Amino acid sequence: MTQSNRLNTGGRINRDKPIRFTFNDKHYTGYEGDTVASALLANGVDVVGRSFKYSRPRGIVTADAQEPNAILQTGSNDASTVPNPKATQAALHPNMICRSTNGWPNVDTDMMGLVGKVGGAAMPPGFYYKTFMYPQSMWMSYEKLIRKGAGLGASPTQNDPDIYDKFNHHCDIMIVGAGPAGLSAAVTAARAGCRVIIADEQEEMGGSLLCSTQQINGEAPAKWVSDVLAELSANENVTLLPRSTVFGYFDHNYLSIAERRTDHLGETGNGAVRERLHKVRAKQVILATGAHERPLVYGNNDVPGCMLASAVSTYINRYAVVPGNSLALMTTNDNGYRAAIDWHKAGKRVALIADTRQTANGDLVKEALSLGINVKFGQAIINVKGSKRVKGVEVASISADGSSVTGSVYQVSCDTVASSGGWSPVLHLSSHTGAKPVWREDILGFVPGKTVQAQHVCGGVNGVYPLADVLGDGAAVALNAVCSMKKSIEGVEIPKADVAEVSESAAMALFHVPHTKPTSRAPKQFVDYQNDVTAAGIELANREGFESIEHVKRYTAMGFGTDQGKLGNINGIAITAKSLGKSIPDTGTTIFRPMYTPVTFGTFAGSDVKGLFDPARFTAMHQWHVENGAEFEDVGQWKRPWYFPKPGETMEQALQRECKATRNSVGLLDASTLGKIDIQGKDAREFLNRIYTNPWSQLAVGKCRYGVMCKEDGMVFDDGVTSCIDENRFIMTTTTGGAAGVLNWLELYHQTEWPELEVYFSSVTDHWSTMTISGPNSRKVLEKLTDSDVSNEAFPYMSWIEAEVAGVKARIFRISFTGELSFEINVQANYGMHVWKSVVAAGEEFDITPYGTETMHILRAEKGFIIVGQDTDGSVTPQDLNMDWVVGKKKTQSYLGKRSWTREDNVRDDRKQFVGLKPKDPKAVLPEGAQLVFDKDQPIPMTMVGHVTSSYYSACLGYSFALALVKGGLDRMGQSVFVPLADGTTLEAEICSSVFYDPKGERQNV
Amino acid sequence: MFEIYCPYCEEHREEEEFHPVGEAHIQRPVDPEALSDEEWAHYLFYRKNPRGLHHEMWVHATGCRKFFNMTRHTVTYQIMETYKMGEQPSVTEGAKDDAK
Amino acid sequence: MQKYSGFGLLKHALSHHENWQRVWRNPTPKKHYDVVVVGGGGHGLATAYYLAKEHGLTNIAVIEKGYLGGGNTARNTTIIRSNYLWDEAAHLYEHALQLWEGLAQELNYNLMFSQRGVLNLGHTLQDMRDIERRVSANRLNGIDSQLLNTKEVQDIVPILDCSKNARYPVLGASWQPRGGTARHDAVAWGYARAADALGVDLIQQTEVTGIRRKDGAVCGVETTKGFISCDKVACVAAGNSGVLAKMVGITLPLESHPLQAMVSEPLKPIIDTVVMSNQVHGYVSQSDKGDLVIGAGIDGYLGYGQRGSFHVVEHTIAAILEMFPIFSRVRLNRAWGGIVDTCPDACPIISKTSVKGLYFNCGWGTGGFKATPGSGHVFAHTVANDEPHPLAKPFSVDRFISGKLIDEHGAAGVAH
Repeated sequence: MTQSNRLNTGGRINRDKPIRFTFNDKHYTGYEGDTVASALLANGVDVVGRSFKYSRPRGIVTADAQEPNAILQTGSNDASTVPNPKATQAALHPNMICRSTNGWPNVDTDMMGLVGKVGGAAMPPGFYYKTFMYPQSMWMSYEKLIRKGAGLGASPTQNDPDIYDKFNHHCDIMIVGAGPAGLSAAVTAARAGCRVIIADEQEEMGGSLLCSTQQINGEAPAKWVSDVLAELSANENVTLLPRSTVFGYFDHNYLSIAERRTDHLGETGNGAVRERLHKVRAKQVILATGAHERPLVYGNNDVPGCMLASAVSTYINRYAVVPGNSLALMTTNDNGYRAAIDWHKAGKRVALIADTRQTANGDLVKEALSLGINVKFGQAIINVKGSKRVKGVEVASISADGSSVTGSVYQVSCDTVASSGGWSPVLHLSSHTGAKPVWREDILGFVPGKTVQAQHVCGGVNGVYPLADVLGDGAAVALNAVCSMKKSIEGVEIPKADVAEVSESAAMALFHVPHTKPTSRAPKQFVDYQNDVTAAGIELANREGFESIEHVKRYTAMGFGTDQGKLGNINGIAITAKSLGKSIPDTGTTIFRPMYTPVTFGTFAGSDVKGLFDPARFTAMHQWHVENGAEFEDVGQWKRPWYFPKPGETMEQALQRECKATRNSVGLLDASTLGKIDIQGKDAREFLNRIYTNPWSQLAVGKCRYGVMCKEDGMVFDDGVTSCIDENRFIMTTTTGGAAGVLNWLELYHQTEWPELEVYFSSVTDHWSTMTISGPNSRKVLEKLTDSDVSNEAFPYMSWIEAEVAGVKARIFRISFTGELSFEINVQANYGMHVWKSVVAAGEEFDITPYGTETMHILRAEKGFIIVGQDTDGSVTPQDLNMDWVVGKKKTQSYLGKRSWTREDNVRDDRKQFVGLKPKDPKAVLPEGAQLVFDKDQPIPMTMVGHVTSSYYSACLGYSFALALVKGGLDRMGQSVFVPLADGTTLEAEICSSVFYDPKGERQNV
Repeated sequence: MFEIYCPYCEEHREEEEFHPVGEAHIQRPVDPEALSDEEWAHYLFYRKNPRGLHHEMWVHATGCRKFFNMTRHTVTYQIMETYKMGEQPSVTEGAKDDAK
Repeated sequence: MQKYSGFGLLKHALSHHENWQRVWRNPTPKKHYDVVVVGGGGHGLATAYYLAKEHGLTNIAVIEKGYLGGGNTARNTTIIRSNYLWDEAAHLYEHALQLWEGLAQELNYNLMFSQRGVLNLGHTLQDMRDIERRVSANRLNGIDSQLLNTKEVQDIVPILDCSKNARYPVLGASWQPRGGTARHDAVAWGYARAADALGVDLIQQTEVTGIRRKDGAVCGVETTKGFISCDKVACVAAGNSGVLAKMVGITLPLESHPLQAMVSEPLKPIIDTVVMSNQVHGYVSQSDKGDLVIGAGIDGYLGYGQRGSFHVVEHTIAAILEMFPIFSRVRLNRAWGGIVDTCPDACPIISKTSVKGLYFNCGWGTGGFKATPGSGHVFAHTVANDEPHPLAKPFSVDRFISGKLIDEHGAAGVAH
């Protein structure tokens, strides 16, 4: 197809670079420099989408972020597809594939449109709250149907082929928007020696100057833009971020920017970064975000061909596209005239300018009149004819206040309607940090309100519109910002920008154009296009009692679209105000929230995806585990070997083998992940006394002791063995998952409660590789690797020695979590693999067997040793665990947790207590987590008396067993509890001691 | 995201390096056993929750690991000051607005 | 009350919808009420509704400083479930869930209560033990809750990354089919409309500035529209509860924190259940409009600003991509924050106080929306009878002194 609406000259497109693309499977051609929207308009495409509720045909309305209708699905496949880009913001790239998001069988002939036409009358705002209720059982079916119509674009169904990343910046001045105000500010700030970042959402910088016809310094504005950009590019203190949307403004002058790096190039597929998140901490922020034009609200204002006046100018001047042949313009202000003048100068017919004001005589008005354009004062376009394209308009005289139609209605033929209701400052970012917008009657718009941020505003967002003033404002505000940093502005030259004054007559406060009929009966007058919110809908909401603007928004869905109300909200607020008899400032705005425009999930996640979602920690022996077939378990951030299956072995078989090998000969565990904290200082011992429940005053150098920590509420929160290295030095071990929390806990109490104690803590978890050899033959293995005396006499249970193991300096701890003779060898982490392999080699003759966390769990459970977090849950005291022996009775000070044990709830005798369970069926393994009852025949809801915390089949015992918390369990030895299972059957178990294996503890002591 | 001045590092750093801990200036009772259950509960669980100026404790978790105090406005999120453990706040006048 | 129906919509269409009645009146405050409910969110409106409907009180006012349903009711992620671990919480939330079922019909207002099921994923062995424990407890408490393995999870949510290559592979889940979502605003409006029809005065844009007492008992509230006398004051003010408590010199073990939520642009239906994960810290569902509705974790500092920190949003979206990598090119449309009042044990306070005639219902933390009908129901009972409803009894503020906490932290680490 030819580009029938393209002008032969002008615009910022490259006619030497034609670009082929498809829209709804039809082939078109545009040019480099086009957006999808400008290319579609150039090709005379009218219908680009369908509205959400009524499925009305819709065309392109805007040329920017306000676009409600031209919402696309782009991309060539299920992985690269992009849902919901706005055609007005998507740069055209070669072979681009674009589709409408709604419409069946296609967007031109949509069957749902029929439903909208017929049923639309019965679908006022909130209709869904009033129906689909009966019968109750049917809602899920109704909902299925409703959901079929949901959504705009479709999510990709394959993983993203592209990657994303993040940059952090600090700067003196962050400037948002590179239009005349922002550029003027940037040059000024840069000349003052500031570090400046300037970001702009468009494909190229320049903002409104890219489509302006006003000369600067006697030349086209584009010249001024390129001069300024050249100066900024040459300044190493300035970072220019085009295609970068500042989408959030957060506390303490923190801004988030989404930079689109490859979408304009197409589906590159070369692993380049598609989008980059810039996070900027700025000393000063200058918002130069400009203003958005407001459309007027009139009958059938959604027919394709109805556009914003400024959008018409943009398409003509920037893209050399005249989106029609015959224009009718309605405006409340002088600036709107530009569209008609540009249209006329492009050689097309202007059928009418309906100026809603009774009179006006600004320069632009004069120019239009001198061009011979048909200007009617005091008139308005009250309705549009046509369905898939404007065919004409109905025009009438209106009252001076714009409240009613006063004259007879006449028709004007045209194919395009442009409207301008004035301008709304783009204040969104200023509101993100909690500032409330303030209404300014003189500009008929909300401007940014008071803020605690170091924020400045200039240009359109500041309510300053004439180009000369905008350029001046940018420079002045930049100087202000420089001064706020106490930097000198002496001799700073502000950029030269001479612009001819354009006189303007006063604008009229008109938002909602009257019709001959009352709003409820007039043709649909759309306020929010995407959600089909009409003026009648808003008035109905008000009549029903939805009076707060937030209620209006939520009841009508105004502002819920992907344009976030940019196009329609101010009009909706004005209509609400009028209908409630309130002023606009009293009505107020809804809250502007991030994102300014939508941002891909990928941009937020950056590179924190897949394996990098959370850091994974590996021990020094990890590679050995991998090579020896380990299955891994996630514990905290660690990847720990879970068990080591041999080829063909089930998990069950592997565990039985590992357990038996350890109990009968020797097993080997990588225990490096246990937290280790080096505690030093002359008051270290006293500190331990206060933080642990048991006493530490008597622990001699070379000895080890098990300890339990409680929080102040008396509940166990970590445990482990702490060893005395030296009189003033201890090494504390913690659970794998609790290590960071314990260190923080120690620091908290030291720094905030007992700073007088001289003690220091260092995490040394990663400094050491730890391997535990456990089992009756463990000493024999160790003896092969060390010259030190490791006999029971020289090196008794619960002590440690320094020794050389496999030629490496080591600390060996004689502590046991399995109940067997055990040695925990600690070596500097980078020798871990060497020593591990040496141990494996030395153990070969004893068939040394590596085991993982699961076997460790079984072996310790056979001994009744707890695992904090598995056998406890933050509601269990040491007494509940039958560990009164770990509670110091004679300690002088009130150590952490002690006080809470005497509270009413702690002294109940039916607290849940830690016991063992022996299933009646010796092969039945109770599910871990299963709830317990005393009376299995009671009806639901049952009275639950506890739960299974750990449960295994023991190959060594020859039967299954469990650990559990049971109400009053310690006094119920020998009694039965029951486990009602999901399948309706019940397992029975006998309450018994939690120690199943070697109750006297002899095996670890040999 | 806050920008926080660590009074020990003497630098402004990003909030991600810090963790909030809770109300500042809560002293562990010297003799917990002497307290009634109600008094003990107040120490354990009851915290100021002002709409306005608040003195709270933070820790420079991935920095110097020091705990310190901060005076911050809980509506505007302005940080008025940070100060070392054991020091008293210099900004307190807003405290009377707690009830607002 | 004007009856809503599909037929009514057609009828009103003929008169261009010009004759719909007001959903609620805009009354001038009376001099005296039997009960003043402070706070016109979902919980407060439900309280007023049940006071009027089930306890024969009709001289009731709800005083709201902003607009009805404008606090956390308007800002949550609309998830409803009752699969709580501890008996006390499970019974309360199940009571609420049973009220949800049939509430649209009772209120004659379509709340779009969609029982599309809720999945809580497990990613570690300990997660799975905790899930088994919770599911088992739920089952014996009569709550529909099932344990699923990875394949069963994948069958319900085909787009979830259940591969072993994930950083935290999905090992299984708990599944509550009766759980789901509802249209949050509609809940407030439905209760408000029904309460209004029962004679309750809904007084918006009016702030309570003081609570007046006489002889140790409540006798009225000072408001920005003057003094209103009353016999009982029922405070249901979420994040602002502490401010009200302070007016009578009571302190509550509450902290108010920012909690953020966010939505994507609308998408064609792609996920038809609710997926939650504590381990990776995120949860998601898809609204009837097509938005992905995503909840973040709580910000750790106190905050009344209705906004939280940006890095929390970054981490939340990373968590969503860990579960659903295909959403990488989907775009986030809007993020916001609510103010959640949290208790040390992550359970609410529904309680009488030391001041006669003064009651508090607060501390719902991140779990308030789903409880709305149950909360209002048991609180109305508590206020009307000056005696806690049996289900509310364990939630008395005394528990912080006795130590009998209901610790739901383990059951719901992430906001919900």
